[in-house]
Amino acid sequence: MAFVTLLPQKTEIEEGAVSERVLDVENLSIEIPVVGGMLHAVDNISLHVERGETLCIVGESGCGKSLTSLAIMDLLPKKAIRTVNKMSLNDENILNFSEKQMSNVRGNKMGMIFQEPMSSLNPSFTVENQMLETLSRHRNIVGSQAKDLVIQMLEKVGIIPAEKRLRQYPHQLSGGLRQRVMIAMTLLCEPELIIADEPTTALDVTIQAQILKLMKGLQNDFNVGLIFITHDLGVVANIADRVAVMYAGQIVEEGSVFDIFDNPSHPYTRGLLSCIPVPGKIKRGEPLGSIPGMVPSLVGDFQGCRFSGRWGDAHEQLDGADIKLASTSDKSKTYKVKGSETHLIRFCCEDCLKKSYIFDKRKAS
Amino acid sequence: MLYYTLKRLALAALVALTVSFISFGLLYLSSDPAIAMAGETASDADIEAIRQLYGFDRPILVQYFDWLQRAAAGDLGKSYYFRTDVSALIGERLPTTMTLGVCAITFAILLSVPLGVAAAIRPNSLVDRIALFLSVMGQALPSFWFALMLIVFLSVSLRLLPTSGSDTWLHFVMPTVVLGYYAAPAIMRLTRTGMLEVLSTDYIRTARAKGLRPPVVLFKHALRNAIIPVVSLAAVQFGFMLGGSIVVETIFALHGAGFLAWESITRNDLPTVQGLILVFSLFYIVLTFFADLINAWLDPRIRIK
Repeated sequence: MAFVTLLPQKTEIEEGAVSERVLDVENLSIEIPVVGGMLHAVDNISLHVERGETLCIVGESGCGKSLTSLAIMDLLPKKAIRTVNKMSLNDENILNFSEKQMSNVRGNKMGMIFQEPMSSLNPSFTVENQMLETLSRHRNIVGSQAKDLVIQMLEKVGIIPAEKRLRQYPHQLSGGLRQRVMIAMTLLCEPELIIADEPTTALDVTIQAQILKLMKGLQNDFNVGLIFITHDLGVVANIADRVAVMYAGQIVEEGSVFDIFDNPSHPYTRGLLSCIPVPGKIKRGEPLGSIPGMVPSLVGDFQGCRFSGRWGDAHEQLDGADIKLASTSDKSKTYKVKGSETHLIRFCCEDCLKKSYIFDKRKAS
Repeated sequence: MLYYTLKRLALAALVALTVSFISFGLLYLSSDPAIAMAGETASDADIEAIRQLYGFDRPILVQYFDWLQRAAAGDLGKSYYFRTDVSALIGERLPTTMTLGVCAITFAILLSVPLGVAAAIRPNSLVDRIALFLSVMGQALPSFWFALMLIVFLSVSLRLLPTSGSDTWLHFVMPTVVLGYYAAPAIMRLTRTGMLEVLSTDYIRTARAKGLRPPVVLFKHALRNAIIPVVSLAAVQFGFMLGGSIVVETIFALHGAGFLAWESITRNDLPTVQGLILVFSLFYIVLTFFADLINAWLDPRIRIK
């Protein structure tokens, strides 16, 4: 496949390391009451992150990826309704945590980096003030010891000289610097899990590359689980270990970064990948790929196929050879893709599966 | 911060100068001051004599600088009616007005800011509804009616508070409530709007994602940013209370500067009116200056460019 060239070369050590589950979420749904009914923003998704692993959640705007991250932090807007069967952080069940217990977890064991560095820091307080308060809140470290830790952390994220930046206010820093401050602030308490919600989207391309490199490095140093939310497949290829592709509130395909880029099996993933221009592969003037149709409205009781009309060109499949039914629920059918144990695709209905694949019995025989 | 303060100070001085010129000009806008001074039965010769005596026949700029010089030294001329120094007259009345103003603005802030914050935390809740009701009432009730009602209930029926005068602090309770309650709605609604806006910002989400306790998020991170426009409004309200508490001062027979202004206007006592306008304007300028300083202290984006 064309996309393999984008991928970094993974070392075997990472894959062979003892895995330890940092986050485990099962059957998460988010509903938001809106005018005209209930918006089913996230529909029954499950995900998990291992220590030191990067899980990328990919999808277009409005597919529910940001809400998913807020749901994990328990920071959803008040009117949103979260239902989830299991939510554990480091084997500790955090599902029934009170607001007070959750606030002990947030910023401590679980940190979040947001999309907008320009507005994510409080304009009225210095960098020092905003970083120190995290330390005093969770670690009870104050005074010069705390200041030393903050300076160390700022230097780790490449803010040198850190001393000078400490006394500055957010409006005196560039977007890239602010995002570095956010990252440093998130790492201060050495969390187990970091959720980064499109942390590079608002930055220009060169800064984007720097921040990505920085995050990759830090993730290795701190051995932390990372959920990286993005709509940029280039970024995914760069940073992900595993990928979950979200569409209309559901995870339609998940697998290792190699599974997804080498063998995209859901028509939506294939559509997404065909939208990226690949230098050398695409001829001058050739139109870019696109996914036909529109995302359906998720307001009200959803009936029928979420992917209706968006299948594009069906994929040839040797009947029963490429994918195998793994599990069924009342909402979807999950198939295992041949060649990888962890590569799963989900179809909301039979129709979807049939229109996505042409079953070729001649080749099968 | 020093640069900012100096800049604001220079601006305030400039505004003060402009205001002084307008205040001076007021004497000439209304009518010929010599005629006003001489009274209705004066002959042309009398008027001319007064014009000579007070120097009204000199060029207007000369008169202005002369007046400015004397005003700067604290001499605002003599009242037509009282025949005493205007500055002494104002100085005598000002403490009452200042006491009332300070009490009323403090009352207004203590009432409206917590209520505004509480309303913003839970929009459309019972607290919010009550706050809205109170502010609509405050906005709609004419203060003279509210004052009379208070007198009827608290003084006449319950005999708790004195009806008029300014001898003890008890005399100031009802005027404070009436004047403060009139200023509270605007402050409350602005606090509420500001808090609602700030609470939905990204940096509040960050503060919560850091695991900070709700009071810290609310009072450290949110209120400090939400209160900035409120400071400016409160300064203007305070200035208004000093100059515009005429109704309240009249009802409660507090002989303050507002009452003096009303008296002087009805008596055509122009030097007193002029002096009061100058003093009130200077108050406004000083208050705005301090509000700007407070805001600069609250918001580094104002003080550090």
